[in-house]
Amino acid sequence: MSLDLEALCIHAADGTALFAPLTLHVPAGSVVTVMGPSGVGKSTLLDSIGGHLAHGFRLSGKVRLNRRDVTDLPAETRRIGLMFQDALLFPHLSVGDNLAFGLPPALRGRAARRAAVDAALDQAGLTGLHDRDPATLSGGQRARAALMRTLLADPAALLLDEPFSKLDAALRGDMRRFTFDHVRARAIPTLLVTHDPDDAALGGTVVALTGHPTA
Amino acid sequence: MTRDGRLLRGVVLVAVGLGLIAPITLGLWQTARAAFGILPALGRDTLSLDPWRDLALLPGFATSLRLTLVTGVGSTLLSVLMATGFCAAVHARMTPAAGARLLTPFLAIPHAAMAVGLAFVLAPSGWIARALAPLAGWDRPPELATVNDGWGFALLVGLMVKEVPFLLLVILSALGQIPVARHMAAGRALGYGRGIVWIKIIMPQVWPLIRLPVWVVLAYALSVVDMAIILGPSNPPTLAVAVTRWFTNPDPAMILPASAGAILQAVIVAAGVALLIGAEAAMRRAGRWWLRRGGRGLSAEPGLRAASAAVMVLMGLGALAMLSLVVWSVAWRWSFPQILPESWSLRPWGGAHDGWMRALANTGLLAGATVAVSLALAIAWLEGEDRARRTRAPWAEALIYLPLLVPQIGFLFGLNVAFLHIGISSGMAAVIWAQVVFVFPYVMIALSDPWRALDPRMIHAAAALGAGPGRRLWAVKLPILLRPILTAAAVGVAVSVAQYLPTLFMGAGRVATLTTEAVTLSSGSDRRVTGVYATLQAALPFAAYLAAFAIPAILHRNRRDLTGAPAHEP
Repeated sequence: MSLDLEALCIHAADGTALFAPLTLHVPAGSVVTVMGPSGVGKSTLLDSIGGHLAHGFRLSGKVRLNRRDVTDLPAETRRIGLMFQDALLFPHLSVGDNLAFGLPPALRGRAARRAAVDAALDQAGLTGLHDRDPATLSGGQRARAALMRTLLADPAALLLDEPFSKLDAALRGDMRRFTFDHVRARAIPTLLVTHDPDDAALGGTVVALTGHPTA
Repeated sequence: MTRDGRLLRGVVLVAVGLGLIAPITLGLWQTARAAFGILPALGRDTLSLDPWRDLALLPGFATSLRLTLVTGVGSTLLSVLMATGFCAAVHARMTPAAGARLLTPFLAIPHAAMAVGLAFVLAPSGWIARALAPLAGWDRPPELATVNDGWGFALLVGLMVKEVPFLLLVILSALGQIPVARHMAAGRALGYGRGIVWIKIIMPQVWPLIRLPVWVVLAYALSVVDMAIILGPSNPPTLAVAVTRWFTNPDPAMILPASAGAILQAVIVAAGVALLIGAEAAMRRAGRWWLRRGGRGLSAEPGLRAASAAVMVLMGLGALAMLSLVVWSVAWRWSFPQILPESWSLRPWGGAHDGWMRALANTGLLAGATVAVSLALAIAWLEGEDRARRTRAPWAEALIYLPLLVPQIGFLFGLNVAFLHIGISSGMAAVIWAQVVFVFPYVMIALSDPWRALDPRMIHAAAALGAGPGRRLWAVKLPILLRPILTAAAVGVAVSVAQYLPTLFMGAGRVATLTTEAVTLSSGSDRRVTGVYATLQAALPFAAYLAAFAIPAILHRNRRDLTGAPAHEP
């Protein structure tokens, strides 16, 4: 598995490019970190890779997943997982149903799906919290539940948008290790955008995103 | 944009264009033709100004015009001033949720029901006179025209009782988008008094957010019919009531001057809005000059306190009016200076049983159908915006407000003619259609803000988990937005139940609803039966609001993030 960006560039409605064209290779199981000043378009970059770009932005270049061009696919068929600084668990579903939301439909049978969710809860240290209201979890529990929800969807690549920045300092290290361990174990190519140097220190390659000279 | 999104947006645009905007244009066009002498059904086919001359010569025309301007413009200006002053005084002490709870009954009750109740309270034999009777030594109702008075004072009060709570809601929600506390602190630290900060700093930020609702209030006040029949002067009445009477006159030739009056009504509303725009521009210039002078001496506190007191009096009157509906509907013997009935009975309910059951069924059917259509259209519109990943264009926003700014009397007659022309007979379906024209905008306005407040990253997360557009809508957005969706539905029920003219014109008098019956009965003598209809009329929207509160509370009882504010804070 691998994620490749080829001369990827995003243009605003008036035609100006947000940053210099970006070419990047993310091998399976490794974390590439993109750093850059705030406002340069880090989140927009992830939106474009995941297929969530807002109207008015235009994309040039290519996104390849396992060498397949996914640039024009809708977000739900790309199999690219997404994590934000907020866990964004669906507030109307229980913790378990949040995890089940991401399970592929190919996994059939009520018992098998429940078993998969319970196994993921166990791995995240959330055993027994299947029926809980996500609003009642602690910040760390919520972050782990969100990661498990993303991983259960069996993503071919993972995008992390400053995922640890809202956790307090003690939790941040744990959650970072927890996330990176899972990514490596499952050999998922992962792209992380952050302005926290500690995030970059634990990861592999670091790329700086700079504003476009003409911008 | 996906092909899916484009198709959905296209369908919604065609539905809104053909279903809502075309009827208004068509109706205005037919009315305008009749206003200039062209009405083939009566064999008139030459262009002439005769209808306008006839209109000007109709007895009481000038008085009607004056009454319309005084009550419409007066009630709107006073309401805006009072609501602003009240918000300035209480804003810091009232949470938006508490404010909404307090205001809901006033917003839910239809204009006609509130008018019936106010007539019960204000009339010479009403509660106020009964309370004063021992002091004044009255043993029979005083000979004062306190309702249907020639000045339109009762109508002015009635409009304000309904408009002030609406404006309070609008202003409070606008204040939620402004850092009021910090601006207040900054202004006071620079030596400005609390009231002056409010006028110089807060209101200029609030006005752009409430400008359109104020226009809607003005358009409504200038062209209201049901409340003006119940509370306003009867001979001559306000212009909108006079035009309605001329339209329903047995002499069909009256349709021509009536059409001229209907077009005049539309012109008056347009002129009223133009006046507001002009006043805004003038205030902006004067305000800048005043701001730059930097004076700090003036105190606005007495004005704010007076406005708050006036609002409290209005709300008290409104609450009494609502209570009086229920009391009259179960009263039996209730002679003059008694504060409460001497004997109680359910006979008013039993006696008019057939009548109100039929009216209730019709009203319920109309409310259900119009809200279902409007809600489906509103959700389709908002989902279309989401799928296209676009925000709303200004012209689209104008399209939504259009039906609320064009006076109903201006196009309903013409629309009826046009419907008959293309073979749609008047009846239930035509009434549903005509009501949706007014229910949809309110449903759309109620749903838009909470819909857009939903964190888009939540939806991106669902897409990244493999959920397609359909599943994102049905399994994520709609359940999370259950409370605002039901609230929008309750708003729709209240608007539908309150409709008078569309039911009257498009139903050709054959569709009896609680509102048409209450308005008809209000001129009669039996207050008990009127009380029954008006109570039911108010009860239906109350039930809808109650359901909008209770259903999410039960379904989401274990979901903390969905029990409080409807919007999810990012």
